[in-house]
Amino acid sequence: MIEFKGVSKRYGEVVALEDVDLVIDKGEVVVLIGPSGSGKSTLLRCVNALETPDTGTVTFDNRVVQRTDGDVSELRAQVGMVFQHFHLFPHLTALGNVMLAPRLARERDEAHARALLERVGVADKADVYPDTLSGGQKQRVAIARALAMRPKAMLFDEPTSALDPEMVGEVLAVMRQLAGEGMTMLVATHEMGFAREVAHRVVFMDGGRLVEIAPPDEIFSNPQRKRTQAFLSKVL
Amino acid sequence: MGREFATRVGLTVLFLAALTAAFARSPYEFDFSPIWAFRVRFVKGFLCTIGATALAYVVGLALGVLVAIARLSKNIFIRHIGDFYVEVVRGTPFIVQVAIAWWGIASQIEGVESRFIVGTLALGVFAAAYMGEILRAGIESVERGQFEAAVSLGLDRRQTLQYVVFPQAIKRMIPPMTGELIALTKESSLLFTIGVVEMMSVAKDMKAKDLATLEALIFVAVLYLVITIPLSLLARRLERKLGEGRRSGVDLL
Ligand SMILES: Nc1ncnc2c1ncn2[C@@H]1O[C@H](COP(=O)(O)OP(=O)(O)OP(=O)(O)O)[C@@H](O)[C@H]1O
Ligand SMILES: [Mg+2]
Repeated sequence: MIEFKGVSKRYGEVVALEDVDLVIDKGEVVVLIGPSGSGKSTLLRCVNALETPDTGTVTFDNRVVQRTDGDVSELRAQVGMVFQHFHLFPHLTALGNVMLAPRLARERDEAHARALLERVGVADKADVYPDTLSGGQKQRVAIARALAMRPKAMLFDEPTSALDPEMVGEVLAVMRQLAGEGMTMLVATHEMGFAREVAHRVVFMDGGRLVEIAPPDEIFSNPQRKRTQAFLSKVL
Repeated sequence: MGREFATRVGLTVLFLAALTAAFARSPYEFDFSPIWAFRVRFVKGFLCTIGATALAYVVGLALGVLVAIARLSKNIFIRHIGDFYVEVVRGTPFIVQVAIAWWGIASQIEGVESRFIVGTLALGVFAAAYMGEILRAGIESVERGQFEAAVSLGLDRRQTLQYVVFPQAIKRMIPPMTGELIALTKESSLLFTIGVVEMMSVAKDMKAKDLATLEALIFVAVLYLVITIPLSLLARRLERKLGEGRRSGVDLL
């Protein structure tokens, strides 16, 4: 469903991605782990053309992702994105946030939007503005918003890193549920418990490279690479 | 609110009484009666000030939008035109600009006769530099994440600006844009230098005839306050209503 082929990206001297090859199947949950600056965000952002690789190609559903493509908006609508800092629209209510994209695409489906808020457990907050929500509630509204266009895949960029510890669980629960429903997910996170439990495969990144790719039970109990071992011994 | 308002009104009356008492004690003999003879011209001047300011504001807004677009442009050539405009206009006094506009340019062109129109346009061109900056800063104050969240949902560039960026930016622009209207009201007094008959020019005429110079100036000052104080109150109200000027928990001093 999502395919990276020889993807590299630099910012001046900084290597963000180096020759990345990765195929993510439909319904698969892939978790990206790795130290800060290892390229996790950049990798995610290449999928919906927030970043453009210097070399190599990213394909989504057999279509090459290109920022200059006239249909890039249509492609982006098929990929939900959840950010570390939520980026809810402050001038719209929770429901307004979820409804904006469908409304502009002329799919005025308020029932669907309300059902999504229900699904992430914030139905009672439909009519409030984001500044009165807790961090966990904000992120759950953001997930509902990302689901509003009925995407085929979801990208999560450290969705719990900006949350107070007591709110991490409620967001991960929503993500776990999504994974259980067969959503294709690419998740950058420092939540090793979530990776162990939900991921089909875990990718360890360092210096823009995919250092090791393995199912969670293998990578956590028996990492093959030295750098993976060093990283895991620090975070586990 | 009600109590604070009453206190404010009371204090204002007190200040005015103190000012009046101070004036009354001065050796200068105040005589506001000559102003009455100029009443028709003062009314015309008052309307001229409001008209010139309002028109200049509209011109400034239209040009200001272009300035903001230019300064936000990806094209370095266009961006430089915007920067150049802002730097030149903000870097020179309006009194010089309006003199160049009238004596230097407009009066050399045959058929151009209205000092009011030339002066007002000059004021609009002047205002555009400041308003363009307010508009640009407002748009740039919307964080990048908002833009990214919007396009990630499949909104195109136009939709992102219209439904996500502008609604947030406009909220932040309204208070400084009201401030600009106040500034422009005062700046319009300089139109008297090219012979536009606005409020200041009437006071000037009275001075030329040696009639109640100080009284006329005080009267003009009061007329400006009649325009600017309601605007200032409006600005504060809008600011409070839009929640951006919400008092932080910290009390300075
Ligand atoms: N817009 C940018 N301009 C310059 N350098 C950038 C930019 N975005 C990312 N980088 C650099 O690219 C490298 C990879 O960044 P990236 O954000 O993808 O890492 P990450 O794994 O997501 O890190 P973190 O855990 O801190 O989010 C880093 O060294 C970062 O400093
Ligand atoms: Mg990151």
